[in-house]
Order: sequence, then structure tokens, then C-alpha cells
Amino acid sequence: MSDLAGSIEQHIPRLRRYARALTGDRAAADDLVQDTLERALSRFHLWRRGSDLRAWLFTIMHNIFVNQARSRMRYPHEPFDEPAAAALQYREPDWSEWRDIGVALAKLPVEQRTVVLLVGLEQFTYEEAARVLDVPIGTIMSRLSRARERLRALLGGDFRSAALKVVK
Amino acid sequence: MSRQIVTEADLHAYVDGVLPLGRAAEVEAYLAERPEEAARLAAYREQKAALRREFDPVLDEPPPSRLRVPRPAWLRPLARYAAMVAWFALGGVIGWQLNAYTSEQRAEATSWPRQAAIAHVVYSPEVRHPVEVGADQEKHLVTWLSKRLGTPLKVPHLGELGYTLVGGRLLPGDRGPVAQFMYQDAKGQRLTLYVRVNRDDSRETAFRFAEESRVGVFYWIDRKLGYALSGEVDRSELLRIATAVYRQLNP
Repeated sequence: MSDLAGSIEQHIPRLRRYARALTGDRAAADDLVQDTLERALSRFHLWRRGSDLRAWLFTIMHNIFVNQARSRMRYPHEPFDEPAAAALQYREPDWSEWRDIGVALAKLPVEQRTVVLLVGLEQFTYEEAARVLDVPIGTIMSRLSRARERLRALLGGDFRSAALKVVK
Repeated sequence: MSRQIVTEADLHAYVDGVLPLGRAAEVEAYLAERPEEAARLAAYREQKAALRREFDPVLDEPPPSRLRVPRPAWLRPLARYAAMVAWFALGGVIGWQLNAYTSEQRAEATSWPRQAAIAHVVYSPEVRHPVEVGADQEKHLVTWLSKRLGTPLKVPHLGELGYTLVGGRLLPGDRGPVAQFMYQDAKGQRLTLYVRVNRDDSRETAFRFAEESRVGVFYWIDRKLGYALSGEVDRSELLRIATAVYRQLNP
């Protein structure tokens, strides 16, 4: 028990990374992390010692995110972050400047986005992702397949220019 | 050459590097004959790389202050170790007897004051929503929390010590609902009183002190209820307030 707070803290950077990719918005992502931490701390007696704490935290985050997404049905929640908001409001078919992974992710349905991020970014195994999302592994595989194919279509053959995107 | 059936799942597992070596070799043989499939998989691999390029920098961003839940000072290994030592040392007799306890009891012996400290850290910095029910509805607050905890509660008044009641909230504890009352002094310094139902009331009733970094916690068990007073004030000040709380609850 004494090191639980510390154990949770170690996961904050990765929770933030996943939340940022999931929401596409810095403030919304940190809200999500904050909600996740608060819920985890208030419920840590439910965490089974010895089980995978990271998976447990991601499960909590996923559940909060899905519930919030259900109540808002919009992505992202609000345009807190101006560059992200500008990118997301972009609707013209000129992809030459906007062909980046963040924008493409935002176009994926949530259930595909979560899988591609858990597996591709967070390095969860398929089994772990299935547990976090509480779906059968076959569902993980089909969502992963659809998500990657969709991203490939969105990003086209050459999206290396994404690396040149101005940061700050 | 590829007599084995290669499935879509195999291809993704190949991209994710989770195929057993032998199977990976089969997939490679399969791809060698199918340049379009190989290109598709290369695109998937590039997607993964792009995700890392785009989002890995988040790992290095210092978290904003509001994500200091729990407080970073707790999280440094040394502080954590010190806190752990403090828990056991300050557990006094209990600390010596811990080995006789089951691990469950041991967790129980340390967990609830710690939960109180965490709840303090979570809610006391709140500017807009520090409490669910404000002190302006004190009667309702006490009635509500008494009802939820299933036992009559009293809320101490600490005005003489310079602390006014801000209000309170209901929290989940490991044995059911817990009440938290919050107080504040003129400078905005906050204290929280965490009250939970104690189901096995036969055990010690001593006043105990624990500290998690800057948050001090005085806790004690009084008949059916366990109390933990938390605050970032010095120990003697916290003891003075805890004593006042105890006296008000036991006139």
C-alpha cells in the first residue's frame, strides 16, 4: 500500500501520452488523466495486488473516456488547444499540409483509435488490449486491421512530411 | 514456398513483433512473394513510428501542477521509503506486532489514514469545488453524511483555532462511504477531517501521527468511528487541532 501512490505516479507520463493521442487535445487529455488518477486513488482498494497496475489504470482511463465521449459525442471535447482545434476544424480536402498522424487519428472511430494506440503506441499485447477494452481478442484484431487500413488511406503513401510539422 | 496459411492477424503480429521466430520466417517468405502486401505492412510499421514521433515527446513534458495527484514529493523513492518507515515506526506497538498480522490486516492497519492523506491532497487544492455541500447548509451536510455512513456524525467547530468549516463531501472508502469535512483559516490553509466507520472497534484507540511529505495526519479511533485529521501544518499545530476535535466529539 505504501508504494501505491508512487507506483501510480510512474504511469502518469504514459497515461498522458495515450490521453493526448486519444483526445488530440492537451487540456482535454490532462483532464482525462486527472479524472483517471482521482478515480484510481479513490478505488485503489479494488486493485488486485500483483496484477498489472498499468493495465488497470488504462482500463479506468478507457472507461472514463468512453463515458465522456458518450455524453458528448464530439471530438475533441472543446477547442482548448488552439493548434489542435485548428487542425480538427480543417475540412478542406487539401491534405498536403495536414497529412499528419494526429489528424488522421482524429478521423478514426473511437473504438479503432483506442486499439491502434494501445497496441501501436503503448505496446500492449493483443491480450492486454482485449482486457483493457473488455472485448474479445478477435475484436481487437479486426479493429486493429480496420484502423491501420484506414490510417493508411488517410495518410496516403508518403506522410513523412509529418515529421516536419512545426512544433510550437 | 509458403504453404502455411498466413492470416491478417499474423501480418499484424508480424508488424508488432510478437510472432514466434519460426512463424515470422514464414510470414517473410509469404511477403517476399507479395510486394503489395509487403508495402502495406511497411506502411503500418511507419504508422507506428509516426505515432511514437508525434506522441513520445509528451513523456518528457513536465506534468502540469494539477496532475500532482498524488503529490510528487511522495513519489520520490527516498520520500516514499521514509514515509513507509514512518508508517511502521509510528505504528508503535502495532509496528512490532505486524509480523503476527495477516497481510490483509497489515494493509488495513496502514491504509485508511493514508487514504485520508490522499483525499486531503486530492481535494484541498480545489478552488471551485472543494466540497460537495457547503457550510451554509451544515445541517443538511451532517444529516446526509450521517445517513450515508449509517451512524450519527458530529461536525466539530474550530473557529476558536481560526479554522472555519468550508463544507464536506462523501468519499468511497474500502469499507463503504467515508465523510470528509474541510476547514480553512484566514490565509486559505486547509485541513480535512476524514471520518469512517470502524467495524472492528476492539482495537487500539491511541492518537497516532503519520506524515506523508508535508501532509501530516493525526488519526484515532473513537468507538465506532475512525478519524483522521490531515493538513500541511506543523505537527504541534495539528496536534492542538486534533485534540480540540477530539474534545468536541467527546464533551
